[in-house]
Amino acid sequence: MTINQSGWKPEMSAGGTDAPAPTFTGNRALMLEEPLIFEIGSTRTTGVDFAEGDVHHDRLGDLTRKAPIGLPGLSEPETVRHYTRLSRQNYAIDLGLFPLGSCTMKHNPRLNERMARLPGFADVHPLQPVDTVQGALSVINQLAFWLIDLTGMHGVAMSPKAGAHGELCGMLAIKAALEKRGEGHRRVVLVPESAHGTNPATAAFAGFAVEDIPATADGRVDTQALEARLGPDVAAVMITNPNTCGLFERDLKRISDAVHAAGGYVYCDGANFNAIVGRVRPGDLGIDAMHINLHKTFSTPHGGGGPGSGPVVLSEALSPFGPLPFTERHGDGYITLVEEETAGDRHPDSFGRMTAFHGQMGMFTRALTYILSHGADGLRQVAEDAVLNANYVLRSLEGTLDAPFAGAGPCMHEALFSDADLAEGFSTLDIAKGLIDEGFHPMTVYFPLVVHGAMLVEPTETESKAALDQFIGALRSVAERAKAGDKALKTAPHFAPRARLDETRAARKPVLVWREPASTPASSEAVA
Amino acid sequence: MLRYLPLTGHDREAMLATIGVHSIDDLFADVPEAARLDGPIAGLPNHMTELAVERHMTALARRNTVAGEVPFFLGCGAYRHHVPASVDHLIQRGEFLTAYTPYQPEIAQGTLQMLFEFQTQVARMLGTDVANASMYDGSTACWEAVGMARRITRRTKAILSSGLHPHYASVAKTMAKYTGDVLDTAVPDLSSDMDLDRLIAAIDDDTSCVVVQYPDILGRIGDLQPLADACHARKALLIAVVTEPVAMGALKSPGEMDADIVVGEGQSLGVGLQFGGPYVGLFGCKEKYVRQMPGRLCGETVDADGKRGFVLTLSTREQHIRREKATSNICTNSGLCALAFSIHMTLLGEAGLRRLAGLNHAGAVHAAERLGKVPGVRLVTDRFFNEFTLDLGQEARPAVRTLAERGVLAGVSLGRLYPGEDALANGLVVAVTETTTKEDVEALATALQEVLA
Repeated sequence: MTINQSGWKPEMSAGGTDAPAPTFTGNRALMLEEPLIFEIGSTRTTGVDFAEGDVHHDRLGDLTRKAPIGLPGLSEPETVRHYTRLSRQNYAIDLGLFPLGSCTMKHNPRLNERMARLPGFADVHPLQPVDTVQGALSVINQLAFWLIDLTGMHGVAMSPKAGAHGELCGMLAIKAALEKRGEGHRRVVLVPESAHGTNPATAAFAGFAVEDIPATADGRVDTQALEARLGPDVAAVMITNPNTCGLFERDLKRISDAVHAAGGYVYCDGANFNAIVGRVRPGDLGIDAMHINLHKTFSTPHGGGGPGSGPVVLSEALSPFGPLPFTERHGDGYITLVEEETAGDRHPDSFGRMTAFHGQMGMFTRALTYILSHGADGLRQVAEDAVLNANYVLRSLEGTLDAPFAGAGPCMHEALFSDADLAEGFSTLDIAKGLIDEGFHPMTVYFPLVVHGAMLVEPTETESKAALDQFIGALRSVAERAKAGDKALKTAPHFAPRARLDETRAARKPVLVWREPASTPASSEAVA
Repeated sequence: MLRYLPLTGHDREAMLATIGVHSIDDLFADVPEAARLDGPIAGLPNHMTELAVERHMTALARRNTVAGEVPFFLGCGAYRHHVPASVDHLIQRGEFLTAYTPYQPEIAQGTLQMLFEFQTQVARMLGTDVANASMYDGSTACWEAVGMARRITRRTKAILSSGLHPHYASVAKTMAKYTGDVLDTAVPDLSSDMDLDRLIAAIDDDTSCVVVQYPDILGRIGDLQPLADACHARKALLIAVVTEPVAMGALKSPGEMDADIVVGEGQSLGVGLQFGGPYVGLFGCKEKYVRQMPGRLCGETVDADGKRGFVLTLSTREQHIRREKATSNICTNSGLCALAFSIHMTLLGEAGLRRLAGLNHAGAVHAAERLGKVPGVRLVTDRFFNEFTLDLGQEARPAVRTLAERGVLAGVSLGRLYPGEDALANGLVVAVTETTTKEDVEALATALQEVLA
């Protein structure tokens, strides 16, 4: 808490030094502290004006809400200031390079935002008669065809809400296909150690049993171990390509063929599709299902944790089992929606619905805008520049940080380092926090699990060479300090809005909602 | 020129030299020969200027009927409300829009504090002890709640109210096929009351939970306390689903009636219609169940200097730690929509939310009484918030299409939601919000009278 108490006396800098004294407000120039709305708002305040008129006519029966709810309001100027001040405590792509491996933090074009806000997209209800939403259905349909063509697959399910929801979609399609074949007893899903945590979680969520597949010394799936485990109980393999070590799975086609020969299906985690878009079609590698994070490859904004969007491309074998609803374009250009009503005729093997309505329309609009802006040639350039930037980072830093797989060849869109060369007592976490002081968001840390103290750097294609050079210089400097045992690094960050936060305390006695402090009756007026 | 790619040809040459390869193709050497594409994929257009893309997208947008430009009465899980301009301005600040999930809390306090405020607002609105940092939407939150009840009770029978949004019920049916949960479902009838008696009668010792929507798909409301008592007598959980959060400014919250888990669709506040997504799932529950919750949770703590700060917490429930033993596979949720919700809620405050809810209810009462006087039309629901059901005395679906041709978006026909259920075919669900004018209601009443004649 930084609201000052009455009776505060200014301190003088001691002994004639130049060291600054604490300020009255707790602020430090542009670094502004901001209380919670519950501490500054009042339940009687509203920043919204309404039409006049009585509202006494009551058909609520005896269900009227009488007890205080405790929702503070702020005037509009205070609201704008509150959230603007909060925003300034965030790092963001708009501020600088955001090299979170596997997360693909690339520039978010503002044209995409403008297009998503056209009233014809933003102010349309999902249950309007289809005659009145032909433009919206066209967006879905056009995006669907781009995704199919870019991946070389047979069909696409547009409704999944995010990557993990897309994984679920693919795994349910696999389950439905197996049951149709009378092989619902296949319960095992093989997942490489290096997989995203969502993969095993999704498989379990869909009712499968998960088994790990080890990695080889060069950071790829152990093909022999995988092939040895295939059999009549294996439903599917979930594999990430390019994988989470930033490497292309060279054996993927061979793996796909082996899995198919053993009666299983191949799910590909497409989180890293941005590395190969326009250069490789996953369909050519024999996969059966892959989700595409529109918020990664196609640059819909991450928004501080979503919304995402996770369409799933499907092979010919799995397409009949994909979810409802989907769009169907007829010869005259008219688009219909296949929902529960027509599914019996048009899509009888569908596993059903995954979400209300039609998916993340606002993300489709943005992604289609992004795709049209780049075109087939530009998307290919996207992959090339993403891979070029990552390799430039890898080769620029491999003399400073241990890069476990760099000797075997180039990486794809992300460069992986380990904590092998750091001084005793120094860790990946210290490097991450040191980078914060340098004005960068840290890379992904401690993932993938197959590398000790992993640091996964994904610069993306929207970084200039100058930005990369500055980042490389900063990471090299921080790494050298960690190797030399600079103790100041252990308490970094020093210049961020907060020092290291006590996560253990947060988890031991969770405080998940604000509660009135018992000892400060003065502030209780605020939410009386 | 590709306007989003800053590397120049000269940069690329210099970087290839640093890397020590001759061409970009060398970096793709791990791709098997057979899978390499030599050039841009055939049949797809090349890049377009910003202006050209804008023209293309604008032309598509024009082919939709905009809700705000016609008399508009659709609801059923997505509602048209006025969103103050400052909400959309604030969520487009790059520090919110282009941030990631707050994994590095020292430089993500803006998002984290907002989430802590959001969790508190949601918990208070729904009447629960705690709430999480959002789910994808109401329908997926609803299924996650059923799964959570299964884990808590170690039972697998879930009883779904006939008044649960049919898309929500569909999502549950999809998932239950693969998880072994047994669902007790029914379709609603065109009557004035929720099916609370059916639900109470169906509870047994195998029941993990009862899922009840409030107000329900036909707009009906009812006292959930007896249902909660009946659930608890058999050690089952009551899950309440709120698809219209504005109702929480007028109606007693499910938490106040002892619901154990309350989920909701938060779209009404801040988010807009957007043809169905992205929306924001709300998820609250009693404190004792917090470790079985799905999704992200933001918690308060202190930093090394003793200053208050916020972090993502209890992540041992989550997929990136627990993998196949996680409470859910959810990762990315609906952060920016949660921000929009929270800003709108902050602008409203309790006084504003209550006033907004009052205006919605008053408008709906006026519309229900006016439309109930159209010859041949019967008002089915007599207690409701801002949405009610009419029996048109003839099939509603063709009437809705004809009304759309006349420029009136009349509501959602139950025939669209329940195809093949003849007993519901005459039902029309009509939603009224503060954006609906008396002129809109007259336009609907007049057009309806002509279409039904």
